[in-house]
Amino acid sequence: MQFFFHTGRYLTLIALIFKKPERANIYRKQIIIEMDNLGVQSLGLVSIISIFMGAVLTLQTAFNTEHPLLPIYAVGAATRQAIILEFSPTIISLVLAGKLGSRIASEIGTMRITEQIDALEIMGVNAAGYLILPKVIASLFLNPILIIISMFLGIFGGWLAVVITNVLPLGHYVYGILFDFALFDVFYALIKTVVFAFIITTISGYYGFFTKGGALEVGQSSTKAVVMSSIFILLFNLLLTQLLLT
Amino acid sequence: MIRVMAVSKYFDEVPVLKGVTTSFEQGKTNLVIGQSGSGKTVLMKCLVGLMGCDKGSIYYDDLEFTSTDFAARQIIRQQIGMLFQGGALFDSLTVEENIIFPLDMFSNMVREEKRERANFCLKRVNLENTNHLFPSELSGGMKKRVAIARAIANSPKYLFCDEPNSGLDPRTAIIIDNLISEITQEFNITTIVNTHDMNSVMEIGDKVSFLYKGELWWEGTRKDILHTDNEELNRFVYATELMRILKKS
Repeated sequence: MQFFFHTGRYLTLIALIFKKPERANIYRKQIIIEMDNLGVQSLGLVSIISIFMGAVLTLQTAFNTEHPLLPIYAVGAATRQAIILEFSPTIISLVLAGKLGSRIASEIGTMRITEQIDALEIMGVNAAGYLILPKVIASLFLNPILIIISMFLGIFGGWLAVVITNVLPLGHYVYGILFDFALFDVFYALIKTVVFAFIITTISGYYGFFTKGGALEVGQSSTKAVVMSSIFILLFNLLLTQLLLT
Repeated sequence: MIRVMAVSKYFDEVPVLKGVTTSFEQGKTNLVIGQSGSGKTVLMKCLVGLMGCDKGSIYYDDLEFTSTDFAARQIIRQQIGMLFQGGALFDSLTVEENIIFPLDMFSNMVREEKRERANFCLKRVNLENTNHLFPSELSGGMKKRVAIARAIANSPKYLFCDEPNSGLDPRTAIIIDNLISEITQEFNITTIVNTHDMNSVMEIGDKVSFLYKGELWWEGTRKDILHTDNEELNRFVYATELMRILKKS
């Protein structure tokens, strides 16, 4: 029963979010603010994680694929594929689910318990649309950019690891990175990213918007938002992989 | 004018409002009083549509509010100003931006007109030169006054105040009460105030409705309240030692 209750309420909220805005220029202003809050402010975290994970992936692949039948450049190719297909779109989205999800749920949840959402509704403002739609649009635009940056930095991290440790000749790593590259893989990753961005913002918005109680409940909403966003990201990762790669 | 017709509300089959029927007149400060848990806030939330009624109907002038769709309800709400217990100011906006917000959303004013209107509203609540402060920089009384300024910015026809002087010292509470009363008369608004503060009742109550256990128990003016023989109302009015001493004198 709980599942149907939450699904119904979530879909009702989605319908409210996408109602025609009262004033488009106010929403535009909010979208720019959210692009900074949710996108630009995540760049540092995404960069650090991508560089280090790219480096570690390269080292791990190099150490575990030492075999006379495997060409050395396979390390670069395997690192690239791992970063483009899974690490950047999925793992970085999971990280963003933690960072953005908790931020969105706690921000909206606090507005709920301090009656700021009631104040919006009394004024005749569509509170769900005003608070959540700019976040959804900002993430749909900026998350793919973050993921592309993450891909470049992940590969750069691997390059750094090769230069510093000399685990394989640099030329082989670069050759592997370029070997049999398919642009479709990047499109596949970006499609996943867009779906994940929608999941993160709407699920977190949902838990924030329906927060009841006080500070304790805001914390609980925030946790639920992160957990549920992560579960749905993993579920849709499986579904989209099956749909797009078969 | 707002008419409430036999409104009932249940929480998990427990009645919180039991067939409340009353009306709130234009240009008057209508007070709803009662103990905590008597149903005042629930009635107010039903009036503004933050909660649905389980039975009965609410009319804004001749418009039936309870059964209207989302779009029609939003139009009525644009004529409503509300002062919440905690102020409910938007934390991320300055005082001026808070007041301009409803104008941004629903008026066709140009930027300069909006700023003028914000300054007028701030002057009306005696808070000039606070335009660029954030809510976190204001005292409790100042927050309430900014919330009043925001509530009247869009020239509402209806003003709702939920416990406007809770958490304020008696002197500031009276300033807020008088401000609400003056604004009601000045702009000919239908004002409804939820309170359990007898000072407010005696200061500004043009019409007083007493709720007891979810029922409308008594209605009258602030003068009538001192001479009523309604037992529950007397118990509420003379709950404090001060009021008992006043009664004896």
